[in-house]
Amino acid sequence: MAQVTLDSVRKIYPNGVEAVTPASFQIEDGEFVVLVGPSGCGKSTLLRMIAGLEDITEGALSIGETVVNTLDPADRDIAMVFQNYALYPHMTVRKNIAYGLKNRKTPKDVIAQKVDEAAKMLNLTEYLERKPAQLSGGQRQRVAMGRAIVRDPALFLFDEPLSNLDAKLRNQMRIEIKALQRRLGVTSIYVTHDQVEAMTMADRIIVLNGGRIEQIGTPSDIYHNPASTFVASFMGAPPMNLVAAEMQDGTLSFAGLELPLASSLRGPVTLGLRPEDLIIDSHGPLAMEVELIEELGAHRLLHGQVDGQRLTVHLAKEEQVALGPLRLSCRVQNLCLFHPETGVRMDGGFAFNLAQERMEERA
Amino acid sequence: MKRAGFASRWLPILLLVPQLSIILVFFYWPAAYAVKSSFYLQDPFGFGQTFVGLENYSSLADSAEYLRVTNFTVVFTVLVTFFSLALALLLAVKADKVIRGAKSYRTLLMWVYAVAPPVAGYMGLLLFNQRWGPLTEFFNVFGWEFNLRADYFDTAFAMVVVSVWKQVPVNFIFFLSGLQSIPKSVREAALIDNRSASGRFWDVTFPLLAPTGFFLLIINITYALFDTFGVIDTLVKGEPANNPMTLVYKVYIDGFRGNDLGGSSAQSVVLMLLVLALTVFQFRMVEKRIHYT
Repeated sequence: MAQVTLDSVRKIYPNGVEAVTPASFQIEDGEFVVLVGPSGCGKSTLLRMIAGLEDITEGALSIGETVVNTLDPADRDIAMVFQNYALYPHMTVRKNIAYGLKNRKTPKDVIAQKVDEAAKMLNLTEYLERKPAQLSGGQRQRVAMGRAIVRDPALFLFDEPLSNLDAKLRNQMRIEIKALQRRLGVTSIYVTHDQVEAMTMADRIIVLNGGRIEQIGTPSDIYHNPASTFVASFMGAPPMNLVAAEMQDGTLSFAGLELPLASSLRGPVTLGLRPEDLIIDSHGPLAMEVELIEELGAHRLLHGQVDGQRLTVHLAKEEQVALGPLRLSCRVQNLCLFHPETGVRMDGGFAFNLAQERMEERA
Repeated sequence: MKRAGFASRWLPILLLVPQLSIILVFFYWPAAYAVKSSFYLQDPFGFGQTFVGLENYSSLADSAEYLRVTNFTVVFTVLVTFFSLALALLLAVKADKVIRGAKSYRTLLMWVYAVAPPVAGYMGLLLFNQRWGPLTEFFNVFGWEFNLRADYFDTAFAMVVVSVWKQVPVNFIFFLSGLQSIPKSVREAALIDNRSASGRFWDVTFPLLAPTGFFLLIINITYALFDTFGVIDTLVKGEPANNPMTLVYKVYIDGFRGNDLGGSSAQSVVLMLLVLALTVFQFRMVEKRIHYT
């Protein structure tokens, strides 16, 4: 068990593409960190650099107190679970799980005991003598987990481990993995493009975009205080509504909404509104034309337009609603303002704190 | 699944006729003729034949020369098969790691495949030439008086080298594609599980190459037994007397040089049985083979 420190870790491929811009962060002992982002954002590259499967172009990576940049993957005291499980097809489940231990000169009786323990924990006992080809997707995933946990590594690495499973199994395995990690207390880094996995499993989320870290924070932090329009639209289903608004003389105006704000901002801004912060209100300032209602059982989603801009409203199941005109108001305390071009958060929150820190540094 | 059928029963037969007639004319007929003539003693000048029963076979069993050729064939086949597989595997494993210029590297290694066996033999003849062959001179430097065609061992050595050289590219292509079909993540998992590169090779890569390897083993045994004819013919042409030769070449020598068609036919039949046994063995093994997905 150990903490992981990245100090300006950077990846440039031989063809000149910078896959990961210098990234620095620290993962605490026992923490479950999720790297999330769209495909091609560099999250897998970052994970593979930590695993030692990709070279680190610049910067220092430490696991525990040791800088591991030049260490072989086998010497980094890590275990990795791959997207397609990467089981050895010619070995039985038992041999698959035991292989890493065998190569570390573990005594035979200890290996047998550990394999049996892990198999019991993962409900694999009756499959130990089978080959991977005779197992279902979920069982293979468990074998991959077993291979990781018998080693008692300092660090677990997960590379989109659930993306090959069907939705039901994915939900189940998500809970199992999280519970297992809690029980074992092993520091874990988990890569996914699925924001639900990120939100539900992480102690902390690192949102990546185009090889750059957009934001690091707890799931609730990321959800309620997105640092940019990218984070705002990537995290949360449905995503945050982003609409063009105007700041003038301390007043924010969007469609019929006029809101006095203690801010010196002027000119166009992007206004972010979570769908659940919009409420039906017959005297509300916003006039919405509902075009589509998505019935989700526990709640409904209304899709429509306000002043020519698309908007989604999250509605509790009790509320009655029909297609056509509707008046809305919003919970103003939760709204976010972003720069209309760069997409960076402008009010309070992350960006504001950053600006404040910088100003303090200068003073 | 719906089975497709022919409207007329004559059409499928008609479609099979060309293939069947080729097999009939070029395989079954000569094979049957060989079996028949192996029971006769032919007049060298074609003036008739005498039925001798199994005499051709029994004289084969008594012949010290035939035993010597059989022994050489076994040794030759084992050496050629082993070295062409081992070298090709080594080259494939190395080529698999090459990232830059991989294509031209592979193409260069595959080129030899396009060389016909007699041409390969002729090139061997030049390389091993008694007077000015570069390889002969190379061996002379180390005090090995290399003497192609005159020395039994040296000729055998040249035969093995040329045959291996000729076969390596085919094996290389198969091994390389076998290596590349091993999922990248499986190798990466092994990288995390085992720090020793040779350990990873023998524990993970090699077993996953086994199906390819087994297929190549059969192909190579067949190659060494039969397809090396051209190489051997070129290397020992003119003076086969004291030089090593394989069973196939002896069939040719006895039948066409020695004009002993009966004895030669008996040897052919023995070879046919050998191939049959090999084929049965192959199919048994292929069926037992572990199938990976």
